[in-house]
Amino acid sequence: MTTTQNAPARPLGRRWSSDRLQRRAFPILRWVVIAALLLIILLPFYYMFLLSVRPIERLLADPSSLLPDSLTLQTYRDVLLPVDSGGQGFASFLANSLLVAIGTVLLALVIAIPGAYAISRLPFFGRRQVSGLFLATYLFPAIVVAIPLFAAFTRLHLRGSLVGLILVYVAQTVPVAIYMMRNYFETVPQTVEEAGMVDGLGRLGVLWRISIPLAMPSIMATGLFIFMIAWNEFLFALLFLVDHRENWTVSLGLSQLSGSVEVPTTVLMAGSVIITLPVIGLFFFTERLLTGGLTAGAEKG
Amino acid sequence: MNTATQRDDPEQQGRRSAAGPRARRTVTLRQRDARTGFALMSPTLLIVLAVVVLPLLWSVLISFQRLRLINVGRASLFSPLTLDNFRRVVTSQELWTTLRTTILYTAGSVALVIFLGLLAAMALRRPFRGRTAVRAVMLLPYIAPVVAVTFVWRTLLNPQFGVINQWGQHFLGWDRPIAFLTQAHGHLSILGLHVQVPTALLTVIAFEGWRYFPFAFLFLMARLEAMPGDVEEAARVDGATHWQNFRFIILPQLAPVIALLAVLRTIWTFNEFDDIFLLTGGSAGTRVASVRVYDLLTVQRNVGAASAQSVVLVVVLLGMLAGYFLLLRRRGERA
Repeated sequence: MTTTQNAPARPLGRRWSSDRLQRRAFPILRWVVIAALLLIILLPFYYMFLLSVRPIERLLADPSSLLPDSLTLQTYRDVLLPVDSGGQGFASFLANSLLVAIGTVLLALVIAIPGAYAISRLPFFGRRQVSGLFLATYLFPAIVVAIPLFAAFTRLHLRGSLVGLILVYVAQTVPVAIYMMRNYFETVPQTVEEAGMVDGLGRLGVLWRISIPLAMPSIMATGLFIFMIAWNEFLFALLFLVDHRENWTVSLGLSQLSGSVEVPTTVLMAGSVIITLPVIGLFFFTERLLTGGLTAGAEKG
Repeated sequence: MNTATQRDDPEQQGRRSAAGPRARRTVTLRQRDARTGFALMSPTLLIVLAVVVLPLLWSVLISFQRLRLINVGRASLFSPLTLDNFRRVVTSQELWTTLRTTILYTAGSVALVIFLGLLAAMALRRPFRGRTAVRAVMLLPYIAPVVAVTFVWRTLLNPQFGVINQWGQHFLGWDRPIAFLTQAHGHLSILGLHVQVPTALLTVIAFEGWRYFPFAFLFLMARLEAMPGDVEEAARVDGATHWQNFRFIILPQLAPVIALLAVLRTIWTFNEFDDIFLLTGGSAGTRVASVRVYDLLTVQRNVGAASAQSVVLVVVLLGMLAGYFLLLRRRGERA
């Protein structure tokens, strides 16, 4: 076949036409895919917000409408107020969740930062095996660990307390945290650390005054990631706290309330918005940090 | 470096050249570093041992003991061992149905997650205005609290006032609302063929695809961006079409990431509890193994049997992974 216009020579006419077809179709298809994905991702979030501000009568009268016709914030009042003021007590669940999430972040970072530094820099015995151990912990279903912890915490009177929950979350997040920060510590030039040591710093001094300040972006990202995990966690909260309403976290609170028929859907949607917003807010703040931290090392393939 | 002789025989070392003392100092620094390293690592090791590893081992022990939920506060390491829990779990028909459901659910969701992730990564590959924002939005299902998103989907799919069923009836001509999450089997007729479909199971698989494709997308996108462009350019010059370019140039380069994603997602989906528990509670043919563990623990209040079931679950998972790695290795040898 002879060359026509700007298309380079092809051996077969059939392929030429299929090539032209694909050249036309793919750019359009690409936008169709992007639009479809955006629709299916955003629809639930939009619906969540919409129902949270719509009076329940309007929802039952016209369930298929997706336009915000009448707006109410009564649902938010209802869900946040304490139970004895006629609400659902979400404000106290929020306080519990904040306490647990922040406690987990601080404790996990205090434990994981030295660990990550040690793995990236110090040649201690069993350094290689440690990573394997961590990997293995993610192989087992959380519920396998939950059963003995349930027994042990019952015995230690930690079950039903937020402290016990924090302990579990710390143990679950420390390995991920180390994995995320390790690569970053490795990028701190060794010569900078050596200069510090020449100036009389010990290893701990180097870690505290040189490595941690330099690794701050990674530490922030890791902290936020841990916050999200602790904030979103459900299974352990369910197993340990279900009998102690005063200690419920937001996730547990929402799941328990959505199981009962007395609470209107719109009020629960307000609750959903309240627990989703902090996570999305934090995420958009730090999107770049976070996605970089999670996939660090994946580029190498 | 021969550290042993240096330490054991200081006299001989003294007779050596000027390198001797320097070598000894590096040795002690190394040793000190090793000790510091272990000290820095020990809080991590301690908490992971106490709250993950020991409980795992204890779980195996409990699976050989008789333990009811009422007595859980008095659980003892030394109660007599028995095989009753395993007998009970393995002879139960439930085990095989839940395992079958778990495997179908895992295979379906892993495939869907990787397919959607690949689709999204390819669509967002070339830069355009607002790509950063779109990319961030793509990650929303993955980061949002699972309790909130399952609740929204349950409402969306609700047969009475869920918007999906409303639309289906108005625009797609469904005769009746579909009970997506409570119907075990539905009938679908395509071109006059009547097929029975596991409605609820397919729905939870679709949800899993929705919630976790961002994870695959993130990893595939990172790999795509690190990919050198020259091979593709060469293929383009040689007349490869878009599809050929994807199939023969891009996909082979993504294969290692896809394999990694498949392993990770298989492990995590196999162990998944939250999504199914919150969507269907394990009813309507969606009872996966971890939900059964939960039921054994809280409904039947039999801690021993719950442990035995979870041990069986882990063994099956390890078997599957071993098979997968064998397959990979054999492929690698042939290539």
